[in-house]
Amino acid sequence: MKKKFKCEIDCANCAAKVEDAISKIDGVKDVKVNFIMQRFTLEADDEVFGEVLKKAIAAGKKIEPDFSVEL
Amino acid sequence: MGEKQKKGLIRILSAAAVFLTLLILEHTGALPFIFGNRWLSLLCYLAPYLICGLPVIRKAFLGIKNRQVFDESFLMVIATVGAVATGENSEAVAVMLFYQVGEWFQDYAVGRSRRSIRDLMDIVPEFANLVLPDGTVETVDPDDVSVGDILLIRPGEKIPVDAEVLTGESLIATAALTGESVPRAAGPGDAVVSGCINGDGSLTVKATKAFSDSTVSKILELVETAAEKKSKTERFITRFARYYTPVVVTAALFLALIPPIFLGDWRGWIYRACAFLVISCPCALVISVPLAFFGGIGAASRAGVLVKGSNFLELMADVDTVVSDKTGTLTKGNFRVTEVIPAEGTSAGELLSKAALAEGMSTHPIARSIMQALAEAGGTGAPDLGRVSGTENIPGLGLASTVDGHRVAVGSAELMRREGVATFEEAAGGAATVCYVAEDGRFLGTLLIRDEVKPEAASAIAAMKREGVKSTVMLTGDRKGVGDAVALELGVDRVHSGLLPQDKVTKVESMLAELGGEGRRLVFVGDGINDAPVLTRADVGIAMGSMGSDAAIEAADIVIMDDDLRRIPAVMRIAKKTVRISKQNIVFALAVKTAVLILTAFGLSNMWTAVFADVGVAVLCILNSMRLLAVRKTV
Repeated sequence: MKKKFKCEIDCANCAAKVEDAISKIDGVKDVKVNFIMQRFTLEADDEVFGEVLKKAIAAGKKIEPDFSVEL
Repeated sequence: MGEKQKKGLIRILSAAAVFLTLLILEHTGALPFIFGNRWLSLLCYLAPYLICGLPVIRKAFLGIKNRQVFDESFLMVIATVGAVATGENSEAVAVMLFYQVGEWFQDYAVGRSRRSIRDLMDIVPEFANLVLPDGTVETVDPDDVSVGDILLIRPGEKIPVDAEVLTGESLIATAALTGESVPRAAGPGDAVVSGCINGDGSLTVKATKAFSDSTVSKILELVETAAEKKSKTERFITRFARYYTPVVVTAALFLALIPPIFLGDWRGWIYRACAFLVISCPCALVISVPLAFFGGIGAASRAGVLVKGSNFLELMADVDTVVSDKTGTLTKGNFRVTEVIPAEGTSAGELLSKAALAEGMSTHPIARSIMQALAEAGGTGAPDLGRVSGTENIPGLGLASTVDGHRVAVGSAELMRREGVATFEEAAGGAATVCYVAEDGRFLGTLLIRDEVKPEAASAIAAMKREGVKSTVMLTGDRKGVGDAVALELGVDRVHSGLLPQDKVTKVESMLAELGGEGRRLVFVGDGINDAPVLTRADVGIAMGSMGSDAAIEAADIVIMDDDLRRIPAVMRIAKKTVRISKQNIVFALAVKTAVLILTAFGLSNMWTAVFADVGVAVLCILNSMRLLAVRKTV
């Protein structure tokens, strides 16, 4: 399943770092943090999507405290 | 300006006001007992520092907690604290202040370009007029329209979802989607596309798609996600940034610790190290490249061209070979039977009606032209398809149907040979497509069918050449005579005729191998209907005239919304400008940063310059990228 969210991310480099970190999480098939459009796209298997999403947001926040996702 | 930006601006302005007052007081020597004392002076300067720097300090602490040493907030705080430690109170405040100004401006500029992309694509319908079963009209959100709903579109309104006209006549302005300035006529039975603007007539339509599947949603989605398919330049710069910051920070650490052991002057060296930290933020580099591509994609969509990824726009900047399909791409695909040559013992009418029966099940343009010719010649109307039992398509050659129990074959000379037609005269068709007709192996005659070239095709090909395309190639299933005649008329360099659909893929593959990729790209242009394999195989696949065709939008990398070939050289122009601007940004940012780093290491520069190298450069790069959004319509 692939889902898009609105997100808040402050700078282009942070977006790249967050994207990099999330992509390393188990179960993440694809992730995009789009700074210009302020959009967050996550692809993961249906069964684990909710869990992966939670982990992804946590990992993002760890890198960049101002990273937030509108669920 | 958003709420967050307003708050930021107030923060910056008040900090600047306090800072300026302090500076004036210090330099006029008004309050010597405060500024003479190091600690009192520091206390004063702490006020503006905290006013503008609090969010940064907060983030820096969170950064430490999460072990993000190379977080830019953390580096900024270290740099400013270092400046204070070396006694440069006012510079510490200035660094923080300008850093915040730069961040604010960056935010603002990106917000602006995000909005201007949306404006550029001013196609999103805000409402739909739903006609209820009792005839009353209710205004609803386009999202709430279901397939099959009846909608009323008043003059001047945007078409909310893809739909089919039930009643009413109007002219539809498709400019926002296709860049095409001449409105299209729409009447009962015609399909209308969401995002277009209705002209003077009222239309009642039936929704054929929900909003989320409609053209307008698809286009917005494409443009907004296009930037996520990263260009090579962007991937390079993101990778570079991953090394840049750690290297500069390490250099700063070295500067602060090693030279003073031998040379003394701890304060001076720490100050230099702090300036290094200020320059270590890679944001200018990282934002300017995708922003340029974002602008380029926006400019292209304004010209009626959807580019599905930054990478494709980048490839369009160094196209070597343009390979094009003939029918429907370079020509109108508007076939007409120009000559009917019956064989001995067959009448013209019999020839036409047999051919029409055989082609009756086909939707191929050639089939349609034969039907039309029959209708015009005899006035007998549509052939009685009850007489046809089974049609076999023979790709690239023609087809054969069973008519009244007899096998009727219509197609090329090759097909005739396969069908075992012993005697048939090969006609010299010139630029026309030659269609032979045979029944049970007996030759019935020949039909000459012509297609018209698109009026703008020749000038579009000339314009591609001006944009640096070395070679243009046309692929066609038609025989050599037709291919050569069209190529000559249009100024195409090479023609490969008589190709079966699978041959086209092989041809493109061998051309790709010949070009070798890097810097010499191959573009394939087709109508997107039956050339999907070739579209995907080429470096960049361009589908033409495909507004509303999902299959084409799916298969192609670049979609030309209307039918105009001149959009292709226009995209090349935009692509080159985009690549040029992103390279300018990289070179400029790297040059300034390196220069300031060197000057700082030798003590020839100060923190003010460092702030410029960081924030100033970011702002200039952003402004440079935004130029792309100002590109006028190019077609």
